[in-house]
Amino acid sequence: MLIAATLAIFVAMILAIIRGIAGPTLYDRILAVNMFGTKTVLLISLLGFVMGRPEFLDIAIVYALINFISVIGVLRYSDTNQFKHTPNDNESIKKDV
Amino acid sequence: MEIVITISSGFFILLGSFLCISGGIGLLRFPDFYTRMHAVGVTDTLGAGMILVGLMILSTDFLVFAKLVMVLLLTLLVGPTTSHVLAKAAFHNGVIPKDSSSLSQAKKKENNSSII
Amino acid sequence: MLAGIYGLLSASFFVAMDAVDVAFTEAAVGAGISTLLMLVVISMTGRKEKPTRHKPLPAFFVVIITGGLLIYGTLDMPHFGSEDAPIHNHTSPRYINDSMQEIGIPNIVTSVLASYRAFDTFGEVVVIFTAGIGVLTLLSVGRAKENDEEIESINDSMHQQHLVVRIVAKMLIPFIFLFALYVQFHGDFGPGGGFQAGVIFASAIILYAMLFGLVTARKVINQTFIQFIAALGVLLYGSVGIASLMNGGNFLDYNVLSSNPITGQHLGILIIEWGVGCTVASVMVVIFFNFAGRRERKQHKNKSQNKESST
Repeated sequence: MLIAATLAIFVAMILAIIRGIAGPTLYDRILAVNMFGTKTVLLISLLGFVMGRPEFLDIAIVYALINFISVIGVLRYSDTNQFKHTPNDNESIKKDV
Repeated sequence: MEIVITISSGFFILLGSFLCISGGIGLLRFPDFYTRMHAVGVTDTLGAGMILVGLMILSTDFLVFAKLVMVLLLTLLVGPTTSHVLAKAAFHNGVIPKDSSSLSQAKKKENNSSII
Repeated sequence: MLAGIYGLLSASFFVAMDAVDVAFTEAAVGAGISTLLMLVVISMTGRKEKPTRHKPLPAFFVVIITGGLLIYGTLDMPHFGSEDAPIHNHTSPRYINDSMQEIGIPNIVTSVLASYRAFDTFGEVVVIFTAGIGVLTLLSVGRAKENDEEIESINDSMHQQHLVVRIVAKMLIPFIFLFALYVQFHGDFGPGGGFQAGVIFASAIILYAMLFGLVTARKVINQTFIQFIAALGVLLYGSVGIASLMNGGNFLDYNVLSSNPITGQHLGILIIEWGVGCTVASVMVVIFFNFAGRRERKQHKNKSQNKESST
């Protein structure tokens, strides 16, 4: 049953990769990478149980954190409209070079 | 006692993996970015939670149980936040939902005021 | 994007092959920090290459000749993974069999890395430190005094935009620090050690800097302090070697550090892992601050030019 769950998560990861390659916008791809990351966390936890080594859970915690930080980093640095507004003037969008 | 543990953990794990697969299928078949994000965000977090609860029932050592609790808390905290950040960034950068009749009014209001 | 997926995939690969420490490091560094740094760089450079002014043909020849010589040199070595290679017959069994008695910690990877091959690890730490110095020399810009109102306005607007993430990050960052310390000191018994702990520590600081603005982050973490910590890490490592020299053993021989050899090994491994963690964390923070700081200066310049052209 654990092995069935591992295969299921593996299938979900493949689906995420397909969307990651074929997504029309950038944000589809970021979403696919994020989903891939959370599935990797689950895969590591399951594999740790299947192979009988509970030290893998440390790696799972690290992955969850790194996934979060990477998605936030990607979003911060691929923003095309950077500073949305300043309180002084009325224009709302400044385009970045 | 053994059979109770096996059945309950098996139930949680299978339910969780079914949710994860359905999230993946939704990612492929939904028409628009926001709907896809909804599918992934909800099923990802819930499916992960179910699988981790199932593993917690199976664990024997207290240390393993504590680490699984930490992974669960982290997933529950981080998953919805990521969905929120993604949707907000996509909205600000101009990804328009398909059914955009109500959206044009929202964008007009946004351009008039200066506080989002 | 795909680089991030590649990093995650290769890390799952390593886990499946039961190589836990490598998976750990690959996760932290390959999937996280490199993607971030690549993105910062890509967001700074334009889309087209500048046309090169000189023909690169002689350089091409030099590279081909050097590569060819290197490959020729490796033809003599035994085949990759062959069974009668000396590494499989002599060194690995000795490490695996004798590690527990000679050093006394369960994690063989850490014992090989930190004690049997401590000199190589010293080289790695110095390489990381040199990378930090290189980045500092090439990219360090003098910081202009920004006026405080501008910073306040930027902070207010960012606070409204990113409210949810800021609060969640504020809750998470202390736990990330605590987890980094756990990984640092737990390297003897489970996967972990200095490198991974340093990267996790640096990623917490990078998260803070990304969400709260570089200026605030610089106020919280002083740049000179970080550079000092980077140097301190290498110094700690070297001084363990010198201490063992002064006690009568070889360089980086931990047996002579204390009356009991096993205690000496534990002490030596503890101190050098601490040195490695310090250097890795501070160098990553320095690199990120310099990359992102350059990018912010460019944006500030653009913004002030826009303001001047519009008024």
